Amino acid sequence: MTPVLDIEGLSKGFTLHHLGNRIEAFDDISFTVGAGEFVLLKGANGAGKSTLLRTLYRSYLPRAGVIRFHSDHGPIDLARAADIDVAHLRRTEIGFVTQFLQARPRVSAEAIVAEPLRLHGVAVEEALAQAREALKTFGVKPDLWKAYPTTFSGGEQQKVNLARALILPQKLLLLDEPTASLDAHARAALVARLAELKAAGTAMIGVFHHPGDVEQLIDRVVDLTPDFIKSEDRTDVDL
Amino acid sequence: MTLTLDAPRIVTTHPLLQVHHVSKSYGSVTALRDVSAIAYPGEVLGIVGESGSGKSTLLRMMNLGETPDTGSYTLDLPDVEGNLFDLDRFARRMLCATRIGIVYQNPHLGLLMKHSSSGNVAERLLVAGERSFATLRAKATAALEASEFPLDRLDAPPIELSGGMQQRVQLAKAIALEPALLLLDEPTTGLDVSVQALVLDTLKRLQQERRITMVIVSHDLGVIRTLADRVMVMRGGAVVEAGLVDQIFQDPQHAYTQQLVHAKL
Repeated sequence: MTPVLDIEGLSKGFTLHHLGNRIEAFDDISFTVGAGEFVLLKGANGAGKSTLLRTLYRSYLPRAGVIRFHSDHGPIDLARAADIDVAHLRRTEIGFVTQFLQARPRVSAEAIVAEPLRLHGVAVEEALAQAREALKTFGVKPDLWKAYPTTFSGGEQQKVNLARALILPQKLLLLDEPTASLDAHARAALVARLAELKAAGTAMIGVFHHPGDVEQLIDRVVDLTPDFIKSEDRTDVDL
Repeated sequence: MTLTLDAPRIVTTHPLLQVHHVSKSYGSVTALRDVSAIAYPGEVLGIVGESGSGKSTLLRMMNLGETPDTGSYTLDLPDVEGNLFDLDRFARRMLCATRIGIVYQNPHLGLLMKHSSSGNVAERLLVAGERSFATLRAKATAALEASEFPLDRLDAPPIELSGGMQQRVQLAKAIALEPALLLLDEPTTGLDVSVQALVLDTLKRLQQERRITMVIVSHDLGVIRTLADRVMVMRGGAVVEAGLVDQIFQDPQHAYTQQLVHAKL
């Protein structure tokens, strides 16, 4: 399998200067994810699952270790890569999916969804056509496509967010509980879209409150519970 | 602990703006202490810090309004060479008029308050050598329209306009000549929150449509979070830390940045 991400000895903690202490999030984590592979992160609350995703995306700076990402430009260590390189990879190869939409005033739902395609160089009309298709897939009603999501309900905003986050196929996708509080139809659409991206070769690392939602996609489970950090075959794991 | 990152390997374009090792003292007061900053083409660099941190002094230098004691400033543009701090007064003025746009917190600094709004924008075009009245009017109107200024108020002098509209006139003047670099000094400070959101939205749209390189100075973290790709935190004339905007706000390393981020409402 083509490797996408090799994580070696990754550690993260937070130094809280005003309290004069350090909080350890996770220590010495190593695993590999290949193209088209789906890795579920497991562990109790506070085990560092979301922290690990944010560290891989470089929203957090790791304390030690290597995050070797096999980009289209060759391998690069995301733990130490220049900010401008990380910013470039986030636009082109690495996606991060949460349940929250960053809505902007006076930007329509379809324009928000089309934005990643536009930044990727897709022409306006083509990008908007794909965006509408994605909104339809996630069950956002056509009368809302041209409206501003700032006024939408939480559930509708979440659908817009997912449509946007998954519109551009990427090499690596980090998923931070994207199914939380999603209705059944949108959840099915999400799983279908993830399966499609996975089949096309996207590597995925995800945190799910209810892993059963994505059961058929999971290839491997990485358990972050301290002293239990190892990779297991999914057949052994109680989801 | 300061983590040293690798040099860029994927992005091989040169930064548009490079400021290196700039220091400046006024008598015994040190305003800037060995400050360096870069911005890549199309990037938005945010600079945050409290009053007196040196952030506005740095921006004035980027607008060639002030010269440091030591340090260099280059812009990677055709026909623009060498350390810009070495340029004479005339060359500075031309460079600022044609390649750099600036929006000040205080519109009195950027505008002639009693001239018409379109006249204010046209003045910038005149400085650059445009002489045809029809072209001046058309270009000024286009810039005001891009700044989402109401076109039925073209002839109103800024003094009669609201704070938000005054900022739009400044913005139109700044972008009229399609500058390579747009400098923003607390552009929304003092505006009502709702007006602030609309002005920020206009800036964001312009940035996405035109890929203008921007440097924005603000003490307001929300403004920086909305607009910037990368952010530099300044205190006492020095850079405390710099990084991707989400990283600086979610995982600040320095004690001062942690205090700043946690003090946000």
